Amino acid sequence: MLKQENKIFKNLYNDFGWEIDNALKREDWKDTKNIISKGREWIIDEVKTSELRGRGGAGFSTGLKWSFAPKEVGSRPHYLVINADESEPGTCKDRDILRFEPQKLIEGCLIAGYAVNAHTCYIYIRGEYSNEGRRLQDAINQAYEKNFLGKNACGSGWDFDIHIHYGAGAYICGEETALLESIEGNKGQPRLKPPFPALVGLYGCPTIVNNVETIAVVPTILRRGGKWFASLGKPKNTGTKIFCISGNVNSPCNVEEEMGISLKELIEKHAGGVVGGWENLQAVIPGGSSMPLLSKKICDTITMDFDSLIRNKSGLGTAGIVVINKDQDIVACMARIARFYKHESCGQCTPCREGAGWMWRILDRVVKRKATFSDINLLSDVTKQIEGHTICAFGEGSAWPVQGLLRHFRKEIESRCREEPLIKKKIDNPYLVDQHLLENKNA
Amino acid sequence: MSLKKVHDNQPKDFTFSNENLKKAEEILKRYPKKNKKSAVMPFLYLAQKQNDNWIPLAAMKYIANYLSMPYISVYEVATFYTMYNLAPVGRHFIQVCTTTPCLIRGADKIVQLCKEKIASKENEISKNGSCSWMEVECLGACVSAPMIQINDDYYEDLDEKSTKEILDSLIKDKPLKPGSYRGRKNTSPEKKKLINGENHA
Repeated sequence: MLKQENKIFKNLYNDFGWEIDNALKREDWKDTKNIISKGREWIIDEVKTSELRGRGGAGFSTGLKWSFAPKEVGSRPHYLVINADESEPGTCKDRDILRFEPQKLIEGCLIAGYAVNAHTCYIYIRGEYSNEGRRLQDAINQAYEKNFLGKNACGSGWDFDIHIHYGAGAYICGEETALLESIEGNKGQPRLKPPFPALVGLYGCPTIVNNVETIAVVPTILRRGGKWFASLGKPKNTGTKIFCISGNVNSPCNVEEEMGISLKELIEKHAGGVVGGWENLQAVIPGGSSMPLLSKKICDTITMDFDSLIRNKSGLGTAGIVVINKDQDIVACMARIARFYKHESCGQCTPCREGAGWMWRILDRVVKRKATFSDINLLSDVTKQIEGHTICAFGEGSAWPVQGLLRHFRKEIESRCREEPLIKKKIDNPYLVDQHLLENKNA
Repeated sequence: MSLKKVHDNQPKDFTFSNENLKKAEEILKRYPKKNKKSAVMPFLYLAQKQNDNWIPLAAMKYIANYLSMPYISVYEVATFYTMYNLAPVGRHFIQVCTTTPCLIRGADKIVQLCKEKIASKENEISKNGSCSWMEVECLGACVSAPMIQINDDYYEDLDEKSTKEILDSLIKDKPLKPGSYRGRKNTSPEKKKLINGENHA
């Protein structure tokens, strides 16, 4: 278990107050000027030493990402953009950072902004978090009052401003290029990569996009040293991570733990165990809804880090753990996730826009026991048609959970399917027609 | 993709109030001068707030003029994002999260209660004219499931009893306080095994 002294987010439950004076007591903004005076190279090297991997889902090395920003500022200014569009089902860690540890994020923004040569930072918060956004704005104002932001921020000689931009309920805006489109005032539809945002991003300028948690841990890493952070967790999967444990557990909670902790320990020690006991466990979604679920057999031994989950054909994602016990209908749970993706597809690429609806309709038929055996292969085929054929990773995110279901619960699905082909029974099953067109009003 | 329809009865004119004009100028300062278009999302929020929580077409035309961008681009943005209401909603606007983490803790029961107490259909104004409800996708408070959002506030850790109380309080126009309804501090773990499969919704 993670020792108290090694915890980065000591105020995760707001035991000590979020205001700047309380944050200063927790050593936020300590030696910030000193850290910045050591220079860009030192900061980026220290973050590389810490082997910090992005906490937003993809797990890309943060130090490496920062080093992609052009070393010299040319005719175009650089931007830092913080992704606080937390919409992945099962994930609610950034909300607590925004509410209770805003100064860690703001300090991290200044340091990261300096490291990538940016004078302006936009924090993109999902629109539903309007109270959290107001809290963050208060925290930013407090930081301005103390001269930690603005001209000559924190006495470092670096001018730095932070602005908040609210989203408006589109999951896809958590994808970095869709997020940039959204800030520019367009529909949030992802851009083709390359060029990557580090070279051509917001307003066509070099832009670094990072998750809230990634940026919020940076000041502590620099204060205590990259080696300290790297000493926690496992090799290549270092440091601490906020895990969100939801679903059928006795005590759902957010908790900061070491990377590489075993899933069983996490659930039993922090979340009060599975409802009905460990034997009642059916499946776990380990990293937010986009990651394929794990069967109980894997859950018995799995450790929570990027690499061991990839080895089990899943992923750590955002570390939003959704526990599903045997009282639940697993197919209905995944059908609901498929409906989520159908609703949230931005509609730009055909495989995803159409395929997400197909997956939902087929799974819905399975739930209602109206599907046939041929539907199972059709479903599997649809997921393969989506995966890898879209501009952004939403395609994979929607296809993988269904593939995970097919991998671990194929027997369960088969037991609900019927032999006879649809044509014989003349069931009115729409394949190509989207659901809303069936309503008479819209037809 | 979500399906959104504009309201049949549209007001003819729309202009920002003086207060909102000031706010609009403040918002424009956040973005580079040549990228005024970035302000379209905050402007739509302003318009929505000014016009009883929904955006008429006249407001989109007004914003398009204000930011010197094509009307269709504003329309695109307003229809793309789900939080912009294009038809009137209740003064107490209830959004029920029904995505999987909430679903497996009983969000369907909350939907049922909304149907009974507010209106039988989504987006329908209640009989007393003050409330409406809709199902939404994940609101990002999964460890506090099941939960609902009423206007800006999150009501968390609900069960059938507390949901009933909250909905009744809305109908009486005296909303209860937001936050956890199991009395816990934010997202911290609870010491007692309070909910062993029975006490949550």
